[in-house]
Amino acid sequence: MSDRVDAVVVGAGPAGSTAALQLARAGRSVVLVERGRAPGTKNMYGGVIYGRVLDGVVADWAARAPLQRWVTRRSTMVLTPTQAVTLDVRSAAWGEPPYNGATAYRSDFDRWLAEEAVAAGAILLPSTVVTGLLRDQAGRVVGVRTDRPDGDLRCEVVIACDGVNSLLAKEAGLHRATSSDTYTLGVKEVLALPRATIEQRFGVTGRHGVDIEILGATGQVPGGGFVYTNLETVAVGVVAQVSGLAKAKVRPEELVARLRAHPAVAALTHGGELVEYSAHLIPEGGYDSMPALSTDGMLVAGDAAHMTLAAGIWLEGVNMAIGAGSAAGLTAARALAAGDTSEHGLRGYRQALESSFVLANHRRLRNLPHLVLGERTQRVYPGLICDLAEELFTVRDPIPKPGLTRLALDARRRHGVRWRDLASDGLSALRALR
Amino acid sequence: MNRDEPTIDELMASVHIEVAARPHIVVDTELCRGCGQQECVTACPANLFVPTADGGIVFNYEQCFECGTCYLVCNTDGALSWSYPEGGYGVSMRFA
Repeated sequence: MSDRVDAVVVGAGPAGSTAALQLARAGRSVVLVERGRAPGTKNMYGGVIYGRVLDGVVADWAARAPLQRWVTRRSTMVLTPTQAVTLDVRSAAWGEPPYNGATAYRSDFDRWLAEEAVAAGAILLPSTVVTGLLRDQAGRVVGVRTDRPDGDLRCEVVIACDGVNSLLAKEAGLHRATSSDTYTLGVKEVLALPRATIEQRFGVTGRHGVDIEILGATGQVPGGGFVYTNLETVAVGVVAQVSGLAKAKVRPEELVARLRAHPAVAALTHGGELVEYSAHLIPEGGYDSMPALSTDGMLVAGDAAHMTLAAGIWLEGVNMAIGAGSAAGLTAARALAAGDTSEHGLRGYRQALESSFVLANHRRLRNLPHLVLGERTQRVYPGLICDLAEELFTVRDPIPKPGLTRLALDARRRHGVRWRDLASDGLSALRALR
Repeated sequence: MNRDEPTIDELMASVHIEVAARPHIVVDTELCRGCGQQECVTACPANLFVPTADGGIVFNYEQCFECGTCYLVCNTDGALSWSYPEGGYGVSMRFA
């Protein structure tokens, strides 16, 4: 392993495999290091891959990627312990090319994408942990240290796609001090159900599937819930602000159990047999929590750069990782061709991301994560929305119907929402969504 | 609790893990005694941090998700040394 290569990519998740794929296609020697026995085995997510970004990377991905179901039904659900209000969006178009989102098992999907990189000429090194950076006297990154015997890998450029804990970006000093408030913990149960039962309960057929995002599902802990369909399993889980768990003295698996026991969710998941429980951290801080994205000899992409977009109704991570990995691979290939992989030579990476959906969306929605995990969004508005909807559809004959305005005013007062806060949150939401 | 509600032990029995010989996370229970919060006890999704009667923490690395939550919430300098298990070992998720 002493041979020098052009590039080392750390982590064969969506960011790393895409970066390696682009480098290999550009004719560069690239080693893709993965600490799991196979790509994807250390990875977990909240269910949907938005694959359009792959159009420019693997042209026939929709036919070849190991996907579970195309999401043709996307619901946003607001809960209180005894109520539920759902906005349910269906589109036949999402079940046809060019498609929208798909569910998949990451052990399948990530392995497939890594194999694409290998087919293009990348060398995959599984079961290998990168334990640190190699630097020259000037501090420039010149390779990585691994846990293999004689495991130093020297190269011109390292692309760190080593996941949410991003030990390499931290070692390189690219992260500012991070607060645990900007991370959520995702936990989920995957439950086996007969395919016909899933399709009956969720109202879909064939390869079509459903993704439900849920607000008001996590009690005292800021966060959210989700339910989505695979072919023969249903996943149900929560994301919970890490700092909020201990504060509320609630364990993560209890939050999942409570969500699963809610009548609106139990109707979908009951009788499912547990096939796997899993957990993963999520960097939810968005644009303002991202590290510096490059230094001399190194680029950072994906969760390692906090690129997961957790902006309320939009929850996207795999697409962000693929977009960033692609830009990192292309930038590194150009820098290698130009013979300059210094920070200056790699500066095109940030520019490419700023003008692509990755940082454009993050920049536009930078204030949403904070708003979504805020006290009123989490603890007050779900109850207000559910009560208002319930009142609206409760027939109280012989008492005449009150007007909608009256109902709204009453609900606001009952839930103790001040006009000032309502106005300020409304304005913040409008600004955040501009 | 509902009869068909799985316990954390039952949940963890569904997780595929190749246990490495060497612990990748080490907890210094002496230092944990001085920690007022012990947020790890509540937050660890695998429930690996167990408080002891004398105020310390008993920790077993074997069932770990390698998620990093404990590292994030630990407030006591030096109480937790954190790394990944050696290559190929540790958690291996199949349906995540």
